[in-house]
Amino acid sequence: MVLSAQEPSPAPGRHDAIVIGGGLVGAAIACGLAEQGLDTLLLDEGDVAHRASRGNFGLVWVQSKGLGAPHYQRWSRQSAAAWPALAAALAARTGLDTALEQPGGLHICLSEEEFSVRAARMERMRAEAGNFGFEYRMLTRAEVAERLPGIGPAVVGASWTPYDGHAGALTLLRALHAAFRDLGGTYRPNAAVAGLDAAPHDFRVTAGGATVRAPRLVLAAGLGNAALAPMVGLAAPLRPERGQILVTERAQPVLSMPTVNVRQTAEGSLLIGESKEDAGFDSTTQIPSVMSDMARRAVLAMPWIAELNIVRAWSALRVMSVDGLPIYDQSERFPGAFTANCHSGVTLAAAHARMLAPMIAAGALAPELRPFSAERFGHVRTAA
Amino acid sequence: MYAQRPEARPATVEVLVDGQVVRVPEGASAAAAVLLAGLPALRSTPVGGAPRLPYCMMGVCFDCLAEIDGVPNRQACMVTVAPGMRIAPQRGARVAGPRA
Amino acid sequence: MSGHDLAIVGAGPAGIAAALEGAALGLSVLVLDEQDAPGGQVFRAVERAAGDPALAGDYATEGMALVRAFRAARGVEYRPGTTLWHIDTDTLRLSLLREGKAEEAGASRLLLATGAQERPVPIPGWTLPGVMGAGAAQILLKTAGAVPAGPVVIAGQGPLCWLIAVQMLRAGAGPVTLLETTRGSAATAALQAGGLWAGRRLLLKGLALVREARARGLRVVRKVRGLQALGEGRVEHVRWEGNTIPCGTLLLHEGVIPSTHVTRALGLEHRWDAAQLCWRPTLDGWGATSHDGIAVAGDGGGIGGWEAAVATGRLAALDAACRLGRIDTAERDRRAVPHRAALRRALALRPFLDRLYAPAPEVLAPADDSTLVCRCEEITAGQVRAAARLGATGPNQAKAYLRTGMGPCQGRMCGTTVAALIAAERGITVEQAGVLRPRAPFKPLTVGALAGLAKDDAA
Repeated sequence: MVLSAQEPSPAPGRHDAIVIGGGLVGAAIACGLAEQGLDTLLLDEGDVAHRASRGNFGLVWVQSKGLGAPHYQRWSRQSAAAWPALAAALAARTGLDTALEQPGGLHICLSEEEFSVRAARMERMRAEAGNFGFEYRMLTRAEVAERLPGIGPAVVGASWTPYDGHAGALTLLRALHAAFRDLGGTYRPNAAVAGLDAAPHDFRVTAGGATVRAPRLVLAAGLGNAALAPMVGLAAPLRPERGQILVTERAQPVLSMPTVNVRQTAEGSLLIGESKEDAGFDSTTQIPSVMSDMARRAVLAMPWIAELNIVRAWSALRVMSVDGLPIYDQSERFPGAFTANCHSGVTLAAAHARMLAPMIAAGALAPELRPFSAERFGHVRTAA
Repeated sequence: MYAQRPEARPATVEVLVDGQVVRVPEGASAAAAVLLAGLPALRSTPVGGAPRLPYCMMGVCFDCLAEIDGVPNRQACMVTVAPGMRIAPQRGARVAGPRA
Repeated sequence: MSGHDLAIVGAGPAGIAAALEGAALGLSVLVLDEQDAPGGQVFRAVERAAGDPALAGDYATEGMALVRAFRAARGVEYRPGTTLWHIDTDTLRLSLLREGKAEEAGASRLLLATGAQERPVPIPGWTLPGVMGAGAAQILLKTAGAVPAGPVVIAGQGPLCWLIAVQMLRAGAGPVTLLETTRGSAATAALQAGGLWAGRRLLLKGLALVREARARGLRVVRKVRGLQALGEGRVEHVRWEGNTIPCGTLLLHEGVIPSTHVTRALGLEHRWDAAQLCWRPTLDGWGATSHDGIAVAGDGGGIGGWEAAVATGRLAALDAACRLGRIDTAERDRRAVPHRAALRRALALRPFLDRLYAPAPEVLAPADDSTLVCRCEEITAGQVRAAARLGATGPNQAKAYLRTGMGPCQGRMCGTTVAALIAAERGITVEQAGVLRPRAPFKPLTVGALAGLAKDDAA
């Protein structure tokens, strides 16, 4: 009965690529590598890990991403555009429906001031997008009321883009794991990294009581990357940011499109989250007060939400870089080593599986990812 | 499918279970009222539409979720009956949204 | 916000005893309880039902005495109908829900006396209407005086099966059949556990119950395996290896397990109890947990029955008074002597009972793939096994894959079963598979109630 996920392999412990971290980022990259024909090993922690992925709100979200960083806006948009193909491929391979919907999305503004700040921000986004384009509209209160049921008197308006959508974050995680396995990948849970030896195109990882080798190594261990990256001559300056999600009981379909902090899942639950832009939430304070602020904002936007029971709440640690943008890097000292760090594991899943993974398989990141290097933070720490 | 014992619990309260008037002992829960009324099911599940009746009677299993006095998804086993209480079955997931 | 010396969650035997002891030592005590009257599940509704001849025994005498003393106690603020949904472990601020509104309370020390729940018995068909916990049927008898009409089948094992059978027969239900799942080898193992002499009082009570059951016509079938509930839309038959009988009401019982939902959510240290096959918080002899402001008393700390709960409640209150500087340790230890003796007596028979009534592996991890495990999200044993093969090493990852534990019960019904299934599939122990880590809110509250809390704070 003992289950070993290992496939028979001519040289035990030797793979084409090792991915450290079985959350959404690592699983998407591992899936993409396996799709490229690489014999890939995915190392994961045990039952109590996966915190960031399990706490993902499930937005495939574009409209807020990358003010002052058009490369991030473009990367997010490309991923959102590649999502339908990813969802279809996962469904075909695993039979799992990731419940992707991309009907556009709303960012609701609860005061005139919020509205004008938002309008200015969206206009800057359009200006920065240049030839790539950025379609958006600032909707009046009446236009929001046409799209969402029973909006509250506090709603002034909203920003809208056609690019936004949502998907089931946990189904996505399961589908990526199932697809990876189906593609012949080897998944090893309970395998936290105990040792890592690096030489160019030759990485040796000790994890879960075994030592494995590969010429390619991808660090996708979330916050764990901060400690791992220096071992391969890279830096991943990350900090945890607590995020909370409230989950209501299932309800009949009522929301036709997601907003940045309320969405209805395919199962019927309403998720209430906090958007990063809703600054002022001190997420380090007591949880009930944070939860309460989130609930109040949701009720201001849609008062009928007040009647729904919260059956779960989830707090997870987001993986945040200093500027909030992803970090993608390749090691110059140890060619073959890569890092991937971000807090948008759902939005960027398609980019990770279908764009980033082929670059890693080919051995080098494309120039368009250069601005995502940790070098942007100035001095980077490297191994002593 | 349950029998009352008036000799042991003489004091009763009148409640409405799925629109039917039922007399149940004082201090009984709304879930008990449903069982005493002989309702075949208190709800159908939001996932598979399967019929359910109360299972644990102590607030653990949430199989007794019912609409009580107009409020959906209340744990009927945790609510003590009051005169005139309206206890209604639920079908699938509750309705949400602005009241018409 | 009023600050009490000691907040007690649960007004069953442990909570009541702790409140009485604490108040007697001069502590200001706050008792919160979800029910609308004191007594816990064991003495549920005793103030209304003590006169019911079907419930004669400890319930009517000892239970009534305990509740009466609680009602008469000075220095105890009792808040019935109050649900706890969050505890701040830094400040011991309690987030509560009463009459649909969120409120808060504070205390210097916290005692969790949240009791036990029936062990889930996931057999095929256990979600059919007409199937319920045996303890659930007993609650119906206590709170409403009602018994099933028509033939009743009690399936499972443990002292409660016999007690309930007797109470139902006294109340005029019947015919009643007990399908006892105790295995043939269990008696030998149980006798080796000893404790029969020290626990003779409880043992004699049990034997008297068995005699009464027989005299009242209880039909008993022994060594039952492979239980199934069958029926269209409700239970119509119960089947086991070798037989099928018609059945209008099927009452399942395989013992009780500690309610550890809150203690686990708080991240307190727990250990797997291999004898009782359940998780329990790690406690010292006073009920102190790994958090120095929080203690546990009663069945929530490990199954011992109501007399043990009273003793552990008293001991926890003594320790609270000591830590709050009201008595010194010598005084605490001196006062503890009779309660320790009572605890020893109450627990003497426990090893025997634990071995005799140890649930079969198929109760912990159902063999049939189509058996529903998660009642809320309707996930089967086979789906959990598949998730284990996909890579879920424990119930938390299984929850992410399958939604087991994401419904309104938050895994109270499926958590242990999911872990046992994963353990069997991966060839590890249930302990290694681990335990669900729940999060606040411990029980549902409305978005509006939660939002209202913020407004009150700001005011």
